[in-house]
Amino acid sequence: MSDMDMDRRNFLKTSVGAAAVAIAPGMLLYSVAQAKSEGASSKVRWGMLIDTNQCKPGCNDCVTACNRENGLSGETKSTDSQWIRKIDIKDISTGREISLPMMCQHCENPPCVDVCPTNASMKRADGIVLVDKHRCIGCRYCMMACPYKARSFVHEALTDQNPDVPRGKGTVESCTLCVHRIDVGGKPACSEACPNKAIVFGDLNDENSEIAQKVRSVASVQVRADLRLNPGVRYQGI
Amino acid sequence: MKLLVSLLLTLCVSLAWAGEAASPKLDIGKGGQCVEDTQWMRKNHMHLLKHGRDDALRLGIRDEKHSLKTCIECHASTKDDSVTARADSFCVGCHKYEAVKLDCFECHSGTRKSAWLQQRNAK
Repeated sequence: MSDMDMDRRNFLKTSVGAAAVAIAPGMLLYSVAQAKSEGASSKVRWGMLIDTNQCKPGCNDCVTACNRENGLSGETKSTDSQWIRKIDIKDISTGREISLPMMCQHCENPPCVDVCPTNASMKRADGIVLVDKHRCIGCRYCMMACPYKARSFVHEALTDQNPDVPRGKGTVESCTLCVHRIDVGGKPACSEACPNKAIVFGDLNDENSEIAQKVRSVASVQVRADLRLNPGVRYQGI
Repeated sequence: MKLLVSLLLTLCVSLAWAGEAASPKLDIGKGGQCVEDTQWMRKNHMHLLKHGRDDALRLGIRDEKHSLKTCIECHASTKDDSVTARADSFCVGCHKYEAVKLDCFECHSGTRKSAWLQQRNAK
C-alpha cells in the first residue's frame, strides 16, 4: 500500500514537473511572438522621394500595385477611389514633359486634419496621415481642404477587403503609406513595384537612411511648398 | 430530504438541458481557449476590440494577441475561412441570437488572410 502511494506520489510529481516545463517555454514563446508593438514614434518621420527623371510616362506600375495591395477597383470614374494616380505635365514655354505619381503627401501640417469635425482625419506620431474610419462621418470636408486632391469617398458597399486594409462605404480614404506594411518593417507597395526605383521610401529623420542621404545631396522640392504644409513626399526633377 | 434532492436534481438537469437546446450552434473554427478564458471572452471581447482599435490606428500600438485579425485567424470556419459567411459562422451566429448588430465587417474582412491571399492570387 505504502509502495503504491509512493509510486502515485512520484508519478504526480514528475507529471506536474513535465507539465510546468512544457507550459513555461510555450508561454514564453507566446508572449514574445504576440507582444504589443511599441507604437508610432515621433522620432521617426516617414517620407518618400520621387525621382521624376526615372518615372516613365505611360508606366502605371505603382498605381496597379497600390490598387492590388489595398483592394481598389482600379476604375477611374469620379465615384471610384484612387489613392495614387499618374500625372503628365508639360512646361508650355520649353515643351519639357514629365510624368509623376501623385498621392497623399503626408503633410506635417495637414489641412485635412484641421477641418475634420470629428477628429477622424489624423496624423500619427511618425507623420503618416490617416482617416480613422471608426469616427469618419463622411462629410468630405477633408477632400475639399486637400490641395493635392488626394482623398476619395467610398460611395458603395464593398466586399472582399484586404484583411490588413479595412475600407467601407460612407467614409473617406486615401494613401496610408501602406501603414500595415510599415508597421511590420516593410515598405509601401508603390515603392516596391516601381521598375526604375523612382520612389525611395524611408525615415527622413534617420541620418543614415537612403532617403535622408539623398535629400541632403540632390535638389528636391515639395509640391505647393508655398502652402507651408511641409509634405513628407518630395519630388526630384520638377 | 430524498424528495428535495430529487427535485433539485430534476430542476438542474432540465435547466441544463434547456440551456443547451437554446444556445446557438456555432461553427467555432479551430475552437478551444485561445487568448483568454472562454466565459471572459464572451463577456468582454467587445471591450478588447474597441480599445484595441483606437490604440492600433491612432497610436500604432498593434496588440497582435487581441486583434480582430487574430480572432478571425483562429475562429474562422475550417470550411469557408470566414466568421461571417453563414448563419452559424462564429461571429454572426451569436450576434444573431443575441440580436446585437454587428457592423465591424462592413469595413473589416471576415476572412482569414491566407484564404484572402489565395483568392486574390487566383484572380
